[in-house]
Amino acid sequence: MSLLTIRDLRVTYGTGTAAVRGVDLTVAAGRKLGVAGESGCGKSTLALALLRLLPPTARLTGEILLDGEDVLTMKWGRLRAVRWAGASIVFQGAMHSLNAVHRIGDQIAEPLLVHRRATPNAARERVGTLLEQVGLPAARASAYPHELSGGQRQRVMIAMALACEPRLIVADEPTTALDVMIQAQVLRLLERLVTEQDISLVMISHDLAVLADTCDRLAVMYAGRVVEEGPARDVYDAARHPYGRALSAAFPRIGDPASRLAPRGLPGDPPDPAALPPGCTFHPRCPVALPTCASQDPPLAPAAPGHRAACVLTTGSPA
Amino acid sequence: MTTTVGSPAGAARRPGTTATAYPRYLAGRLGGAAVSLLAVLVTSFFLFRVLPGDPVKAMTRGVPTSAGQMATLRRQFGLDLPLWQQFTDYCAKALTGDLGTSYQFRAPVGELIADKLPATLLLTGVAVVLYSAVGLWLGTRSAWRHGGLGDKLNTGVALTLWSVPSFWLGLLLIIVFSVGVGPVPGLFPTGGMESGDETGPAYVLDVAHHMVLPVLTLVAVGYAQTLLVMRASLLDEMGGDYLTTARAKGLRDDLVRRRHAVPNALLPTVTMIFINLGHVAAGSILVETVFSWPGLGGLFYQALSVPDLPLVQGLFVVFAGAMIVMNLLADLLYPLLDPRVGR
Repeated sequence: MSLLTIRDLRVTYGTGTAAVRGVDLTVAAGRKLGVAGESGCGKSTLALALLRLLPPTARLTGEILLDGEDVLTMKWGRLRAVRWAGASIVFQGAMHSLNAVHRIGDQIAEPLLVHRRATPNAARERVGTLLEQVGLPAARASAYPHELSGGQRQRVMIAMALACEPRLIVADEPTTALDVMIQAQVLRLLERLVTEQDISLVMISHDLAVLADTCDRLAVMYAGRVVEEGPARDVYDAARHPYGRALSAAFPRIGDPASRLAPRGLPGDPPDPAALPPGCTFHPRCPVALPTCASQDPPLAPAAPGHRAACVLTTGSPA
Repeated sequence: MTTTVGSPAGAARRPGTTATAYPRYLAGRLGGAAVSLLAVLVTSFFLFRVLPGDPVKAMTRGVPTSAGQMATLRRQFGLDLPLWQQFTDYCAKALTGDLGTSYQFRAPVGELIADKLPATLLLTGVAVVLYSAVGLWLGTRSAWRHGGLGDKLNTGVALTLWSVPSFWLGLLLIIVFSVGVGPVPGLFPTGGMESGDETGPAYVLDVAHHMVLPVLTLVAVGYAQTLLVMRASLLDEMGGDYLTTARAKGLRDDLVRRRHAVPNALLPTVTMIFINLGHVAAGSILVETVFSWPGLGGLFYQALSVPDLPLVQGLFVVFAGAMIVMNLLADLLYPLLDPRVGR
């Protein structure tokens, strides 16, 4: 059975704006799923929805089954117990995601004290172990966030996410705020630790190359929906959806000078969630759009073995 | 603050280097406070020389006095000397702690002030602590459920009370709770600090009984400021990503508020609380007058009407000094509240 199953998840904000419009995804135990897309496509809303962390004005429908239990219908007490112990989050921009007035050791220990009723001594010991796992000396537990570099803070976030040995970690743009050298370092660390400890990972990023490198499967989101989903290398190398192709072409490939010299962007801006175009939401920017695309919105359908795409051009052809 | 933001992973500052930063911060603050105190000494001398009125004439008002006697009095108080010499004498004495002799009471200014200071400190001290606590509590509640009925009620009541003149509210309380209105009996004394015949624990209770109405007046009029500042700074913090982290950790809502949001929102409010504590020595002249509280407020009023220059100067120095000391304490407290300050 899969560890995480998302069924027809919809998130609507108070004004009627839909940020997520019917997302279906699954993550098997111990596997890694990458979610890619431009800013505003709903991927961070999706991350926060997984633990019901969205503001009260957000209305959620559908199902988010974590280990068979629906997060959306959980009672508050059960939800609090599942938060961090069942699934934890590595937030983007660890500068603001850590509390500036508490020592990092206390912040890492906090979920241990809440969920495991650990004694202060046991918690301190575990914090030391966790810090060493992410390559920081145990003595750094007494440091404040502003005394650490960006990469160190992100590693503290990772140590914190591992504290209660969750089954699932959601990483929301875990490396976006870091410079490239540190990005690679933090990614490798996160990947190694979740693999070693058999934790499932949902990684969210705008960088398809990073996701393809880290994850088993990739989902591409556009305007609040998944438009393509499949094995990571397939989606990256041979995207079926025109948006997936544009996204993967936007990043130069290592070892391919041609792509480096001619990175292709995508004209236009992502659509305004409050005023989505009719038909396929991507058609105004699509280089291969057909006249019918302005009125038909194709569902996610098999495009190749284990690979789904939401495009008339792929669903029309035999898989 | 030496910044380490953006420095490479290995080069972040080690804890040891912060050890030298706090003494430097401390020295800076102490130096600043000393300079301010000197400035207060100088200002207080010249400020009150500008006041209209001749102290010797005022003192001898209604008493037939010859020109010779007036001259003797002037000499006695050093008022015949040139201004610069009066100033140097005043400074030399002030630095040794001697604030001079009051013209009207013929007693050392230091003693006069020390005599009245405890009553004022007691009254305004208790009031400031209470209204700060009430303001912090209500401000936190208001911000956490902002826009709700409780928030609107809270801020509405606080603002209304804030705009009420303190002497008017004091008089109203006296009429209702001391004199008694209709079915309400006279519950509290109309003024003063003690009944005069109590000792031991009974004396403490007696003073507390006398304090109820003046403290209530000061708290009612004063807590809105703390409430509004706390509410605003907590609202600023409420969008913080670190609060999402705290919620994601599975903390209860009140723990997210108490442990994560409030400590970050406290800094601006604490500054204001210490400024209010700085006002403790000056007290509230209006409320002290309405309740005949035997504090510095009344003394200041008497001193100004003469003008009793040494006493006015002395009070000014004490009022300003209290403010400087409280600001210094606030500065020393900041690094404990926010690790980013003073490093």
